[in-house]
Formats: sequence, structure tokens, C-alpha cells
Amino acid sequence: MSLLQIKNLSVEFGNAANPFRAVEGLDLSVNQGEIVGIVGESGSGKSVTMMAMMGLLEGQGRIVADQLEFDGKNLLTISAKERRKIVGKDIAMIFQDPMTSLNPSYTVGYQIMEVLKVHQGLRGAELKARALELMELVEIPAPKSRLEAYPHQLSGGMSQRVMIAVALACNPKLLIADEPTTALDVTIQAQIMDLLVNLQKERNMALLMITHDLAVIAEVAHRVAVMYAGQVAEEGVVPQLFRQPVHPYTQALLSSIPEHSKGAHRLSTLPGIVPGQYDRPKGCLLSPRCPHVQPRCRDERPAITPHQHGAVRCFYPLFDKEAS
Amino acid sequence: MSHTVMQARDLTRHYEVSQGFLKPKAMVKALNGVSFELKAGKTLAVVGESGCGKSTLARQLTLIEAPTAGSLVLEGVDIAKASKAQLKALRSKVQMVFQNPYASLNPRQKIGDQLGEPLLINTHLSAKEREEKVRAMMKRVGLRPEHYYRYPHMFSGGQRQRIAIARAMMLQPQIVVADEPTSALDVSIQAQVLNLFMDLQDEFNTAYVFISHNLAVVEHVADDLMVMYLGRAVEVGTKEAIYDKPLHPYTQALLSATPSIHEEDRRVKIKIQGELPSPLNPPTGCAFHKRCPYATAQCGQDVPQLRTLLGREVACHHAETINA
Repeated sequence: MSLLQIKNLSVEFGNAANPFRAVEGLDLSVNQGEIVGIVGESGSGKSVTMMAMMGLLEGQGRIVADQLEFDGKNLLTISAKERRKIVGKDIAMIFQDPMTSLNPSYTVGYQIMEVLKVHQGLRGAELKARALELMELVEIPAPKSRLEAYPHQLSGGMSQRVMIAVALACNPKLLIADEPTTALDVTIQAQIMDLLVNLQKERNMALLMITHDLAVIAEVAHRVAVMYAGQVAEEGVVPQLFRQPVHPYTQALLSSIPEHSKGAHRLSTLPGIVPGQYDRPKGCLLSPRCPHVQPRCRDERPAITPHQHGAVRCFYPLFDKEAS
Repeated sequence: MSHTVMQARDLTRHYEVSQGFLKPKAMVKALNGVSFELKAGKTLAVVGESGCGKSTLARQLTLIEAPTAGSLVLEGVDIAKASKAQLKALRSKVQMVFQNPYASLNPRQKIGDQLGEPLLINTHLSAKEREEKVRAMMKRVGLRPEHYYRYPHMFSGGQRQRIAIARAMMLQPQIVVADEPTSALDVSIQAQVLNLFMDLQDEFNTAYVFISHNLAVVEHVADDLMVMYLGRAVEVGTKEAIYDKPLHPYTQALLSATPSIHEEDRRVKIKIQGELPSPLNPPTGCAFHKRCPYATAQCGQDVPQLRTLLGREVACHHAETINA
């Protein structure tokens, strides 16, 4: 059984008369020891999906799902008190901007120890020792003196290491990383990704990575879901999904990356932009921009259907004629 | 044969920073002797991580600040010796496109007025002629006529960057300095904006100084490349030479840290330890030696100078031995 199982998740904002569906009919499963990536452009609903799962949308969005289960517990019906026992302990999260996700008024040590106090009830010397151990785990140089440091005294890369230490404090079963390296320089990005993947392997943890950077995800993930305007457009295993995308959106996204057009004078582009709240088309969400659009696409929304290496939401997926 | 539009020699910019009351002022050597030559219609890409002096360089090139030392020759005029009137004329020949299109446009001014402003200040055109020119440029960068009367908040990030590019191109400058122009944009939008940059270059024969940390983007747009580390150029040469065989250990690390979608494009990972040192307290000798896997005692003492090797310039004492 999967550690995390989401079936048909939808998240709506706004009033009932004029709702906006930020996420629509999302299916996702994450197994123990697996790295799953969610990629998509801004506004595709990647972060909202995670916030819904963590219960961070209380009072703002309406969450509907056929199934939203973590480790056998139903996250939809769980009480707030029960949820607090899971979130931060069994499910931990690291955010995009390490400089704003740490509290500037408390030392780094205090913020690591806070988690240990709340979830594991550690006190005194034991607490300090464990905090130091965590700082060493995330390879922060001079960990002892850094425990006394405030977030503004640390660089972006160091702050992200502290965030990882906080997240790993209670040995989570699932770590969610929302754009963990986007704010960092490329050599630091490589260091942090290395650290995350090593820790994931060591602890056989599930890692769910949300990012807009296809290359980062291509290097580490086992499985990837590509989101477009609140829906999963395509899901599949790596590297097949990147080698042979079957959804026109995935294909367009991949070919708009400079790496893909080496030597070409111009990059291939997908015209237009992601539809917003008021201009979502009636049919397939990609239909106004899709190069392979057919009349049926403009009238009907396709459902997500499984195939050999994954699943795709398209009436006319781009299967290789010879292979199929 | 294209002529040289800009020439920088040993461009240096130091900033004094206060360390506190009664303490001596410290000197940040943000830019430490950078030289290059820019030809009409060509693109020089400047790459490096945060704090390496890229943006300081941009401020010197656009005449926003005066360099502490060194010379900058624009269109044959040395800016240090130029009169006020000459400087004013030169400023209209160098324009800038900034990273964040949400911050670089005036939120209270209509697009038509913002684009017309450079003409209003620098030319004697009538209101009608200005509007004609603005509308022609809007069409050129892919904006619709009705956008003339709109405000920046009504546009998406990609469209705003088009507006910022249009504004920079209004006076048909010889040089455009673009500081991370696509790093705030999604990949599919990034491709559209990069194509626009290249189309405009073909049409107006503009020279670009393209500042970026994204090596995949740089590989697509650049003719020449300058890799910077802590205020100095460590490797300068044509794009082909450097991407084929980077000689400086930092360039190698930077290239190998850049993630790729396809396995066959991935370089052997070179892991470098630590982070960029503080420019307030730079290491002695080669600024990179504390992170460099090949560092010797000599690297901690002598500052390496740029020297020609295999068709590019490189600042490393051991460039021959490590690349043998």
C-alpha cells in the first residue's frame, strides 16, 4: 500500500456562486523510499495540492477528494489535534525561500529544538545533543557555534540546510520539498540536492519534490507528475517521461528548454499563457495553445487514462506509432 | 565586420561600508579589474553566482555609477573624460532590462506613456510621432494595440518583460544590458522572451551584455562568455571554447552542477565544498582556492592573472596541469 494516496482531489477557492478550481481531479500516490516529482509552471496548482494535504488551507479553500490518506489515516476527516501529531513529525515540509521560512527572532538552535520538544518531548542535555547531531547530519560547518546563530547570520544555502535539519528532526516518513533549491545558486543547489537525495536513501524516506525546474527533477526522481492549470496532464516514470512525452504539454515544455534546442537559432515555444481564473476553456485546458488540437478537444475535457509507463490526460496522446 | 561598441579595461568598483561607530571603514571590492570588448550585434554573457559582481558590473556599464578605477570606452568616448552633454548622449545608447518585471515598471503609468517617456526626454518628436513609434515597437515585441492604455498590473510576468524590453529598445540603443532577464519567468515564457531578444538583436544589430546564472540559457544566447568569481573574471572566451572544454576549475564546477534532462548531456559531477567567501574578507591569493579541489600552496599566495590558453583567457596557476 502506498504511503500517501490521493484520489480525485479538488480544491476550490472563492464563493459558491463563482468558484475557482485551483486543483481538479488530482490523483497521486507516493510509496515508501520513492522520490516523486510534481512539475508545472506558476499557477498550475502544485503548491495548493501540498497545502491541502498538509491542512494549511483551513478556512480558505474547500477540499474535496475521494481519498486522501497518509499511512492509513484519512487526512480529510482527521481532527486538528490528530493532524498536529502527524504534520511536522511524520510529514515534514521544506519551503522555497529559506530566508523567510525561518523565524528571524530566534536562534537556529532554538528552532530545531522546538520541534524536538513538541513532538518527542526531549529536554535538557539530550535535546541539545540531538540538535547538534541534526546540524552535523545536514553538514553545517562548525555546528556547535552555529546553534547560537540567528537566521540573518547564515547564507541562503546554510539556511536551507537548517530547514532540512528541522524537517528531519522527527524522522519523517514523507518529506515534501516545495522548490527547495529555486532561491539558491547552482553550485549550492547541487550541494543541497545531493544532501536531500543521500538522506532520502539513508532513511528510506518518501520524498515529494515540487518544482518548476524539469532538469532538477529529471536527475533525481523516480516518477513525475506534470501539472497544467490545476490538473495532472501526464504522469510517468523517469526517464521514459522525459524521453518520450505523450502529452503535448509535456512535449512543449521540454522543447522550450534551451538544453533541448542546442545549436538551434530559436527555441521552440508554446504560444500564449496558462489560463487563469476567468479564461479557462470549456474543453481540454490546453486546447487554446495546443499545436495538435482537434475539434473534440475544444468541447470535451479529457479524463486521465493509464498507459504502459504512466497516465495521460489527452484524447490524442503522442504515442510512438511503431512502439504501440 | 562589426565594430567595437564598448570596451572595458580593468574596470574596478569598491564600496566603503561602515562597520559601526568608531570602527574603521571596510572596503568591499565588488568589482576587481574586469576587461572585455563588446562588438555590435554580439552577445557577451556574464555568469557567476550571487555576490560575484555581475550586477555591480551592470551598474558601471549603464553609467548608473562611476567606476573607482579603470576605463570604460563607449562608442569611442572614454566616459571618465566625457563632458556632461556627452554623457547624456551616451546614456541613451546603453539601456537596461532588469530581472524583475514586477518591480521595474511604474505601476501608476500607462504602458503607452512608459514607452513614450524615453522619446519625450531624449528626442524632439511630437506627441503624435511618439505614439506612432511606441505603437510600432509594441507590435514588434508582440503586444496588442489595446495594451497602450493599460497599466502594468494588468499584464502577466512574460508580457511585462516584453514591455520592459520594448522600453529599452525605444531609443534603438547600441547596447542593452540585461540583468537576469528571464530568471523570474516560467520555462515556456522564458523561451518566448529569449526568442524576442534574439529577433530584436538580428533586426537592430544591438550588442547585449547578458547577465545570468543559468548556464543553459547562456549557452543558447551568448557569443562570448565571461565567468566571474568574487569580482574577477576567471575565464573569458568564446562560448564554443568554454563549453567544449572549460579550463578553470570553477567553470568546470559550474557547468557540472547545472542539471540536465537527458542523461547523455550530464557532465561528470565535480563537487565543490563550501560557499562564496565574503567580499569583505576575501581569501589571499586565488579567491577560489579554499573551495578548489586542485589548490596548492601557491594558490593561497599569488593572485592568478588572466592568460591565454587554448583559445581563451583563464586565470588559474594550474590550468595546464589539471587539464592535461
